[in-house]
Amino acid sequence: MYLNPKIEQRVVQAILWVFTLATVFILFFIIFYILHKGLPVLSYNFLTTNPLDMGKSGGIYSTIIGTIALTIMSLLIATPLGVGTAIYLTEYTRESRITRVIRFGSECLSGIPSIIFGLFGFILFVTKLKMGWSILSGGLTLAFMLLPTIIRTSEEAIKSVPYNLHEVSYSLGSTQWQTVTKVVLPSALPGILTGVILSVGRSVGETAAVIFTAGSALRMPTSLFSSSRTMAVHFFILAREGISMPNAYGTAAVLIITILIINIIAYRLMHKFIKKYS
Amino acid sequence: MSDRIIQTDNFSHYFGAIQTLKNINLEVRRNEILGIIGPAGSGKSTFLRALNRLNDLTYGSRIEGTIKIDGQDIYAPGTSIVELRRKLGMVFATPIPLPRSIYENVAFGAKMAGIKSKSELNELVTDCLVKTTLFEEVKDRLDSSATKLSGGQQQRLCIARILALKPEFILLDEPCSGLDPISTMKIEESLRQLKNEYTIILVTNNTKQAARVADRTAFFLNGELIEIGQTEKIFTTPADQRTNDYISGRFG
Repeated sequence: MYLNPKIEQRVVQAILWVFTLATVFILFFIIFYILHKGLPVLSYNFLTTNPLDMGKSGGIYSTIIGTIALTIMSLLIATPLGVGTAIYLTEYTRESRITRVIRFGSECLSGIPSIIFGLFGFILFVTKLKMGWSILSGGLTLAFMLLPTIIRTSEEAIKSVPYNLHEVSYSLGSTQWQTVTKVVLPSALPGILTGVILSVGRSVGETAAVIFTAGSALRMPTSLFSSSRTMAVHFFILAREGISMPNAYGTAAVLIITILIINIIAYRLMHKFIKKYS
Repeated sequence: MSDRIIQTDNFSHYFGAIQTLKNINLEVRRNEILGIIGPAGSGKSTFLRALNRLNDLTYGSRIEGTIKIDGQDIYAPGTSIVELRRKLGMVFATPIPLPRSIYENVAFGAKMAGIKSKSELNELVTDCLVKTTLFEEVKDRLDSSATKLSGGQQQRLCIARILALKPEFILLDEPCSGLDPISTMKIEESLRQLKNEYTIILVTNNTKQAARVADRTAFFLNGELIEIGQTEKIFTTPADQRTNDYISGRFG
């Protein structure tokens, strides 16, 4: 079919514009809808009092603390493991069969649905290793989920450090470890941080993997072995069991605002990172 | 003590199957500036990087023959590469300041070597910047980023950074290739002064630069050492036709 180039241009532009608009509309609709329903519930009290009566009344304080504890726990495990793996893959070994296997394994890990991670964590940490439903079990499970992202982003960040900086460092009499810690990692830090912050976002929003491993206790957690309910799990239970829709939306609003803030920080960092190296 | 402090004996170098240096026999004398000239790909940089074993970083790098510094074979097993690299400070073709402050750049090598005393570091940094005539230009902004300096200043900073290692040798790999004539002149001037304390090996693409500053000059071609001798002799009455062709600009 022949179309006048001018008309063709207009038609294509219009179609693409509609596609883009639809995407953006869905995003804004979700955010607007959640905030519209949730914001009226939000108050200082909602954030600072514990849930009462299964969450029918009261606030979400203990679930905020639970979310923070679980996120910190998972990052404390995943960051050293992930950055360490990335350093090994980029600095301490050459491209070989082994690095390809490791990389492939980590890619596969990122494709596994989170509910499978939850089941795996439940079987291994909760029952087999007898950690029970706890922040520790949940943190470990989440850490495995976050690993691929952290490995991938750290690897890219380390690779983008110019090779001649390595040469300079070595020629100034540094050992390999000094070169990695004093020259390579500082230059790669913004990129590594971006990956870690994106992981915070995932950690905060994760539900399936957490409900199986950290449980859903509403009490304030007191140790690593306490079961704890995160905001995402709280929202899921409130909504599913029909306990209190207003409180569910209130929780969702807090969750969405948190994740938005985290993404904005990550985006800013990434921007700074790109500017620095281009 | 012998006057010949670097001595290479049938030294060859390979990257994988490619031979980059063929049976190099030359010596470097104490407190001289040895210029190394030759067209691109002649192996002059590879030779320089063989001296501080920087080629080792490249996978597939292999050598034959020996290089002795003060009578010690530097490729002998058990040689401390870290010590070796401190002894032979290297300046690269493009100035590459570490993304740190001016002060931290100069103090880097010393800090890696374990020097912690603040006063000792301060003294060292000042001393090295004075020697490279950079001190007056940067003394008020030692804490600002080294990447903000001009190209010529960065290259002098790179030399200062080497001096802080207290090396015996300074290896320069086309240090002025990206610099303007005035910056080049300043670097050549500091080389002439540094000669009193250090032994300098200068790889350069600019034959005139070798003629200006080198005491002796070596001519490399296709991985071979064609000729080495007093600079005047190389530039006025070279023994080999190929040297003559190169310096008179007939190729390369």
